[in-house]
Amino acid sequence: MSYKVLGRFIGRILFLEALLMVPALLISLFNSENAAVKGFLITIGIIIAVSVILMILCRKAQDSFRAKEGVVCVGISWLVLSLLGCLPFCISGEIPSYVDALFEMVSGFTTTGASIVTNIEELSKGILYWRSFSHWVGGMGVLVFLLAFVPADGSVHLLRAESPGPEVSKLVPKMKNSSLILYTMYIVLSVLNLIFLLAGKMPLFDAVCTVFGTAGTGGFGVRADSLASYSPYLQTVTAVFMLLFGMNFGCFYLLVLKRVKSFFRDEELRLYIGIIIGSVAIIAVNIYSIYGNIWDTLRHAFFQVSSIITTTGFVTTDFNLWPSLSKAVLLCLMLVGACAGSTGGGFKCVRLLLVLKGIRRSIQKIMHPRKVIAIRNNDTAVDESTMDGVNAYLATYAIILVISFLLVSVDGFSVETNVSSVLSCFNNIGPGLDTTGPTGSFAPYSVFSKIILIIDMLAGRLEIFPILALLPLSTWKKS
Amino acid sequence: MNIIIAGDGNVGSSIAKQLSKEGHDITLVDSDGSVLETSLEKIDVISVKGNCASMAVLRQAKVESADLLIAATGADEVNLLCCTTAHGMNPNIHTIARIRNPEYTDQIYEMHDIFGLSLAVNPERQTAVEIERLLKYPGFLQRDTFAKGRAEIVELRVDEGSSLCDLPLKQLNATVKCNVLVCAVIRGGETVTPNGDFVLSEGDRVFFTAPTNNLAKLLKNLKVITRRVKRVMLVGGGRVSYYLAQLLLKDGMSVRIIEDDKERCRVLAESLPEAEVFCGNGADRSVLEYEGLSECDALVTLTSVDELNMIVSLRATAKGVPTVITKLNNVENRTIIDSLSLRSVVCPKELCCESIVRYVRAMQNQSGAAISVHAIADGQAEAVEFLVEKDTPNCGIPLKNIRTRDDVLISSITSGSKTVIPNGESTFAAGDIVVIVTGGRGSIRQLKDIFD
Repeated sequence: MSYKVLGRFIGRILFLEALLMVPALLISLFNSENAAVKGFLITIGIIIAVSVILMILCRKAQDSFRAKEGVVCVGISWLVLSLLGCLPFCISGEIPSYVDALFEMVSGFTTTGASIVTNIEELSKGILYWRSFSHWVGGMGVLVFLLAFVPADGSVHLLRAESPGPEVSKLVPKMKNSSLILYTMYIVLSVLNLIFLLAGKMPLFDAVCTVFGTAGTGGFGVRADSLASYSPYLQTVTAVFMLLFGMNFGCFYLLVLKRVKSFFRDEELRLYIGIIIGSVAIIAVNIYSIYGNIWDTLRHAFFQVSSIITTTGFVTTDFNLWPSLSKAVLLCLMLVGACAGSTGGGFKCVRLLLVLKGIRRSIQKIMHPRKVIAIRNNDTAVDESTMDGVNAYLATYAIILVISFLLVSVDGFSVETNVSSVLSCFNNIGPGLDTTGPTGSFAPYSVFSKIILIIDMLAGRLEIFPILALLPLSTWKKS
Repeated sequence: MNIIIAGDGNVGSSIAKQLSKEGHDITLVDSDGSVLETSLEKIDVISVKGNCASMAVLRQAKVESADLLIAATGADEVNLLCCTTAHGMNPNIHTIARIRNPEYTDQIYEMHDIFGLSLAVNPERQTAVEIERLLKYPGFLQRDTFAKGRAEIVELRVDEGSSLCDLPLKQLNATVKCNVLVCAVIRGGETVTPNGDFVLSEGDRVFFTAPTNNLAKLLKNLKVITRRVKRVMLVGGGRVSYYLAQLLLKDGMSVRIIEDDKERCRVLAESLPEAEVFCGNGADRSVLEYEGLSECDALVTLTSVDELNMIVSLRATAKGVPTVITKLNNVENRTIIDSLSLRSVVCPKELCCESIVRYVRAMQNQSGAAISVHAIADGQAEAVEFLVEKDTPNCGIPLKNIRTRDDVLISSITSGSKTVIPNGESTFAAGDIVVIVTGGRGSIRQLKDIFD
């Protein structure tokens, strides 16, 4: 492990975080929220100090990453960003407990949207903005953003570790341009979303925060009832944009390149759309008796399916009151998650697709042991190493889910609460069922459980391995 | 003509032998001296030792005054480089390259322009195309095409209970209800040129000339094969298998490939998603049977070992697989095949040589040489294709008024898109393509040679 390379890069990331905090500070100043201003000022001071020290100490390091540094760098960066980023919540006194503040911050950066705050409307504007803005930053990835400005050898390792999906590659030869393209598409879509919301007469501050939550597929709202009190138009716009942000940005790039046919042929996209249509249909039939009106039924079903599968976590209605079939469908959607290369979390549609194809192959293999079958995705053969990766991911994913579930159960809430909370945090969704449902929060959990859930959120967002890589001692040996 | 042949391998030396016999001046180029020595002893050629893609070696082979360069070394890239270099040194030279890598086959037409190639030959692909043709009309043991695919000579075996059994040839057209001609019959290893009184009997191998669009009718009316080939098993997963599987899948047949190399299986499975690939030894009879040999309509043996191909084919024939095709690399094995009960045999090297020799003949076609020569009836007869020219004697005269040599039979005349089986009233005119069948090998070089 080359600590200097790591230190230098983290120094830069922190400096970037300080810069990103400035708009929140300005909003607090504008609204003369003194406690929040103090919180932001002190935090920015601390972050810049740490950043400068790191950069001076490691000034001689070269920007050259091997696979190992790449993975560790991503894991550590996210940890440090959250550990320091949550300070304004504490210092301003709006979320006094440090662990609660950290939970809220990690939930923001990992685009989970799970909250321990029970009285959201009482938070100051600056803090609300910072909470939502962290979704937008964490959605596409902070490091990817930094790579648009700082060239580094081996930067593809950083991209691989931070971007979700089993096969991550650059769009164009230069990492810098690749990052710029990703962020350009991200910003264009976000601005479009904002325009649509403003057209529906949403207040500017609410609209900006909602866009952050939608774009990063995060789910922090500025009202206690999330999106329930907004007009059906605003809810529908948000549902559609959530779906868009849950798609693979590489696919959007195909559209930019005018390869429309390949866009619609993409197998992952088809599965994603198919699952959505199927789930909406099942839920709509199931909950029709509650709303008694076909349009309300469809709107709520579509919004909730879109919100859960993209791992956003906005709500328009308390789905805790839905029949258990609908809740079961939502739980399953939590497991599926969005597309690879999107801002969403979860297991990812493409992995599900590959796992299903792998199962089909295993069945055929049992009947014809000599048969050689190549697994294909989008008309190209999938490497065996990718298949191994997907299977290993599935196994790790399952193990972590089970262990987290066991540990969280110590607190004594209902099984439904615990299962849904772990699923919700690990897949970066937000609300769970029962106690942690749309009207509840994660506040009742003990400090221990909150830490477990924090780790789950980070592991889920970074697709497990960058976090697991921090554990073995051998990672930290100097070389 | 002055012809340079680069690469004195299997194909190279066969072409050299054939072209030298037809009177061309051949220069063989190869980097292996001992191979050249062997060729020098057997064939009337000269040789240059060295890398055929180097300018010095090409100059030594007198590329400036050569009319044609045939690059048939083992490596596609060397062949291409050799042809481009030669083309650069002598813009008037014709170049033929052997290109075998499947990844290059789709771009063969572009390569004509980019590399100045006159012809790219791919023996494996030719073999696959040939086998596909056989599988499309199962029942024919062999098919030879003439006149750009408008006329064919096909081989059929007279089986027990066939309507051909004990049929005098003059009643043939009435039985098959279409216009065909029997141009040769092999009975007991002897080739006979039959007349109208000849009576077919069981075990005869009959060579029919027919317009291509009559083939389906011929098969139907003879009730040779009632069902189309739907399931094919390929033993051996080399390049021929790959090409063949591609063609057959496109025709809507299902394909199973048995190959014993694991890595190769993976490559095949990746590149042919619709084919079923099994990793196993084709020589192991339980493997073939487990993977469904008995449900297959056809089996093609394509391994690199001739002996293995023969054994597997024999076994499949005994099992009752309706159509069995055997690939043989060594033509000499072919004589053995006949004593066994194997039917269709395809030889990549022969196909490749034939297409190159055909190109050479076309190059000098101005002198009235044959467009193509096909060996039929196990090489005991030849079918030769000619273009009728303005100065060809006897143009426009009914055939009954022309005296032709006794061992020559005019088997078809194609004018425009129409192919006729000639009778006494038929005539040919300039621009027509005439196919003649002769028992005397190599004696007919030009169309006028057939007249007595």
